[in-house]
Amino acid sequence: MLVSLNWLKNYVDIGMITPEELAEKITKSGIEVEGIEYIAEKSENVVVGYVESCEKHPDADKLNLCQVDVGEEKLQIICGAPNVAQGQKVAVAKPGAVLPGNFKIKKVKLRGVESNGMICSLQELGIEEKYVPKDAVDGIYVFPDEVAVGESVETLLNLNDAVLEFDLTPNRADALSMLGVAYEVAAILDQPLNLPDEDVEVADEDANQYISVKVEDKELNPYYGAFLIKDLEIKPSPLWMSNYLMAAGIRPINNVVDITNFVLMEYGQPLHAFDYDRLETGKILVRRAKQEEKLVTLDDLERTLSGDHLVITNGEEPVALAGVMGGASTEVNDNTTTVLLEAAYFAPAAVRKTVRDTGLRSESSTRFEKGIDPNRVRRAGLRACQLLQKYAGGAVLQNAVEFDELDRTEKIVEMNTNEINKRLGTEISSEEIVHILKKLRFNFEQNIDDFIVYAPTRRGDISIFEDMLEEVARIYGYDNLPFTLPAGASQAGALTAKQQLKRDIKNYLQGAGLVETITYSLTNEEKISKLISPEIKEQNPAPVALAMPMSEDHKFLRLSQLPELLGSLAYNEARNQSDLAYYEIGKIFVSDEKGLTKQPEENLRLSGAVTGTWIEQPWQQEKKEVDFYLVKGIMEGLFDFLQIPVAFKQESLSDMHPGRCATILLDEKVIGFIGQLHPLLEKQIDLQETYLFDVNLEEVFAAYSNIPAYSQIPKYPSIARDIAFILDEEVQAGDVKAVIEKSGAPLVIQVGIFDVYQGENMPEGKKSIAYSLLYQHPEKTLKDDEIEESFNQIIETVNEKFNAYVRS
Amino acid sequence: MKEQLEALQSEALEKIKAAENLKELQEIKVAYLGKKGSLTKVLKGMGKLTKEERPVVGEIANRVRESITEALENKSELLEKKALEEQLEKEAIDITLPGRPVNVGGPHLLTSIIEEIEDLFIGMGFEVREGPEVETDYFNFEALNLPQGHPARDMQDTFYITNELLLRTHTSPVQARTMREYKGEKPVKMICSGKVYRRDTDDATHSHQFTQIEGLFVDKNVRMSDLKGILDTFAKKMFGQERKIRLRPSYFPFTEPSVEMDISCKVCNGDGCSVCKGTGWIEILGAGMVHPNVLEMAGYDPDIYSGFAFGMGPERIAMLKYGVNDIRQFYTNDIRFLKQYHKA
Repeated sequence: MLVSLNWLKNYVDIGMITPEELAEKITKSGIEVEGIEYIAEKSENVVVGYVESCEKHPDADKLNLCQVDVGEEKLQIICGAPNVAQGQKVAVAKPGAVLPGNFKIKKVKLRGVESNGMICSLQELGIEEKYVPKDAVDGIYVFPDEVAVGESVETLLNLNDAVLEFDLTPNRADALSMLGVAYEVAAILDQPLNLPDEDVEVADEDANQYISVKVEDKELNPYYGAFLIKDLEIKPSPLWMSNYLMAAGIRPINNVVDITNFVLMEYGQPLHAFDYDRLETGKILVRRAKQEEKLVTLDDLERTLSGDHLVITNGEEPVALAGVMGGASTEVNDNTTTVLLEAAYFAPAAVRKTVRDTGLRSESSTRFEKGIDPNRVRRAGLRACQLLQKYAGGAVLQNAVEFDELDRTEKIVEMNTNEINKRLGTEISSEEIVHILKKLRFNFEQNIDDFIVYAPTRRGDISIFEDMLEEVARIYGYDNLPFTLPAGASQAGALTAKQQLKRDIKNYLQGAGLVETITYSLTNEEKISKLISPEIKEQNPAPVALAMPMSEDHKFLRLSQLPELLGSLAYNEARNQSDLAYYEIGKIFVSDEKGLTKQPEENLRLSGAVTGTWIEQPWQQEKKEVDFYLVKGIMEGLFDFLQIPVAFKQESLSDMHPGRCATILLDEKVIGFIGQLHPLLEKQIDLQETYLFDVNLEEVFAAYSNIPAYSQIPKYPSIARDIAFILDEEVQAGDVKAVIEKSGAPLVIQVGIFDVYQGENMPEGKKSIAYSLLYQHPEKTLKDDEIEESFNQIIETVNEKFNAYVRS
Repeated sequence: MKEQLEALQSEALEKIKAAENLKELQEIKVAYLGKKGSLTKVLKGMGKLTKEERPVVGEIANRVRESITEALENKSELLEKKALEEQLEKEAIDITLPGRPVNVGGPHLLTSIIEEIEDLFIGMGFEVREGPEVETDYFNFEALNLPQGHPARDMQDTFYITNELLLRTHTSPVQARTMREYKGEKPVKMICSGKVYRRDTDDATHSHQFTQIEGLFVDKNVRMSDLKGILDTFAKKMFGQERKIRLRPSYFPFTEPSVEMDISCKVCNGDGCSVCKGTGWIEILGAGMVHPNVLEMAGYDPDIYSGFAFGMGPERIAMLKYGVNDIRQFYTNDIRFLKQYHKA
């Protein structure tokens, strides 16, 4: 909503307050003022001039040499506008004038001829082109004849106006009218209101002789008023009205259209003018459209309608989309002499669907959608009649033809001073509340501290006590509320064990060198099926898709965080940032339903992707690229830190390197996987070797016990023994380790691997793996022969199971 | 014999003095004090002495031995010290070479901000709650006083999955869920954060996915002045003790009265500058007193209970606090961006 302060001043005295101060006050008491526009920053020395003569420039075809009377003097001005002509009254910027954009007017010579000023277009004076009347867009502006030569253009064209731009919240539809704004400003400034009257002199004839009105759906259209105005003359509207409309962001067209728009802005009541003769039948029938019914609207587009849409018909054919747009066939044009003026109340629901289906959102439809004041509908019609009589020379016929089942009662809200203070934490007196209600111009009854408030119908947002609480508080001033802290027993705040664990996991990973990322949950068709962890895949998830995605890239809810994470790696790689270690903790969305009937399961996951160099600047050691064992080490460290025993099992998963991939098992159950991204995929998205991990955190949380069991610190010494086996190269180190652990239990408490060798001095197809064993007994010092016995037992078992022998 | 012994002593001491390393010293020790050493040899000749001479010579011999032993020890200590010094000198390294790199990661800026706010409210006795990102129309809208057809639904353009299921447009459904879980029987003091989604085209100031953090406090006799006090405490801790707050009326369907909170601009201290668009204030969050319909739907009697709620966008706070100028940065994961804020 654009609020012209010059227009507003007609209804409320804003005194000497600056636009900035007023904007601040309005913002603080309830309506955010987003900006202040000045129509023209400067427009001194611009006056009305009379073009006494206009001839072609002797040396330039497209220029005109004009003699212009500006009152005190006559100026010779060269003008290039095609529409300049002798006898016009025009806006003349005299030498010394400064126009918007700091454009200084000086005496110049154009092609050898002196020019002492400039004849201006409206755009040059600071008015936005889209609001300039169409016939004045391509040339200079021509004043109506009645303006006086020499008069300052600044006031004539309202160039000294400041326009406040309101950012209205949906509840404050009342401020979609100048009168509503006037009420608000009068309350804030505690000033009297000066409202327009709707007095109109009517002709002898009765509109009922010309019109009949019938409404089929009174829910959607509880009031329809048709006014008839005869003998109109279509012409430009008065200058002041055009000025206000332009300031409000509406382009002037002609007096009839402008008056409906003016009253729309003034009262917040949309009106529509039908050309009575072109309506043909004199009948108004408001009904739902028939299926596939057609209507060509004012914008010359044919609309196909349905029963969801309310239409105005002439008894047979639709002539307007109710509350949204008129039809082309009954549009007012230059030949119109008789107008049927519609002032109606269309329910928000009647308009919303039409707007959604046609995409036609207008000043009118917006007001109907948000709800208009039922007490202003008829009055707005009368106000328009008054103006049509005055500015279009029309004869207003007696009586409006009406269908009227409109509820105009005010809502009653009870409130009490103590309750108000209890809710606000204030000590406002009843006298003060009375003063606030009077400023707001709400009717009320008072009994000491009890109030009955009649919420005015213009304020459709007020219906319950809390609404009044807000009214009282905002006029009282939020700045005047005290600062208090809640009374009552305080509870201890803390993270839950799971929330704390999530933070601990993040801290571990960050300490291990990983950087946290956040990617989008919505992904595309290609990515949705990639890199899904086996335990999720097992559930046969059907991707959850948006009903109306905004783009193909954000269409499905992810089933793995990895594809989007890889996208982030590729983004960096493309910018020469190649060493990356990323993780993300977030949700995936799992459902096996094809058509979703319930919320999908939201599975919290920890995912990571690592690529490039892990150790750089190697002056004393080898530069180290990331590899499988780096990622495995980070995962082993994590589970060790969490004291959750997991196992890794070699597995070939799709999209992963078949020989470098493992599932993570907890109690035989898959809870995630690690490994190298398949080299083909790496190539496809331009990545170097990239290693991934993906862990189901729900399973981790379930397995985690946040109070670890106490285990006795061993008192007796531990003894270390090393052994190297020569094995067939297919044998996996972990399998041998498992056998050692089993065979050595319970004396062997730890088995490590410290060397793997294959190559020179090793038989073909063989490799050597060296294990370190740690012996310890909780209750005694182990003797050499006890260890020896166990050690030999282990060697024997490994020999047996793996055809291995001890490397000497 | 006495002369012999004394000659031996001075000879030995001379040699010890001249010794240059521990090996030499050891040789000297063997040469004089060893089983076949000179002193031992001399002492073996003692049997030839008379009974009277023996104790005298014996005493001399002992003195000589002690003197040599002591000299050896002293010299040995000296040489050891010298050897150590030499070794340490040899071990000196170039400390200007870089150290072994340690890879250190870090949190995402939004996480840092969310955790800072969470911790702040935990300190004021709030608990942290969570909720689903795929919500029902009921919890996302209806339970928050946004029935079908409510014009304010347009304020939050929604990603629907079905007619009933959608991506939550705000974290507020967690409020409704928590109140319902508490069955209108006990006070609610919670904060929750998470991802939310809206039908916006991604640009510098819009993102179809972003985060929110919000709080709810419901109890008997909660006043609007309490909301002002809590928000003031929050703003001062988050943005600095010298910051002032102001509340402006606003509109949210789930609160009445509704407010927006501004803090005084840090750049100009309220005088007006380009950062605050000349107003001296910067909008931080929305808040209000919980609408009685919301309380009632969740099972709280609005005649007994009242409460306040507030919500804010960590992205916006990050943008204000750290000058991030493009919201897409939070989701692009450019390593150069992420690393900047690891100590935030």
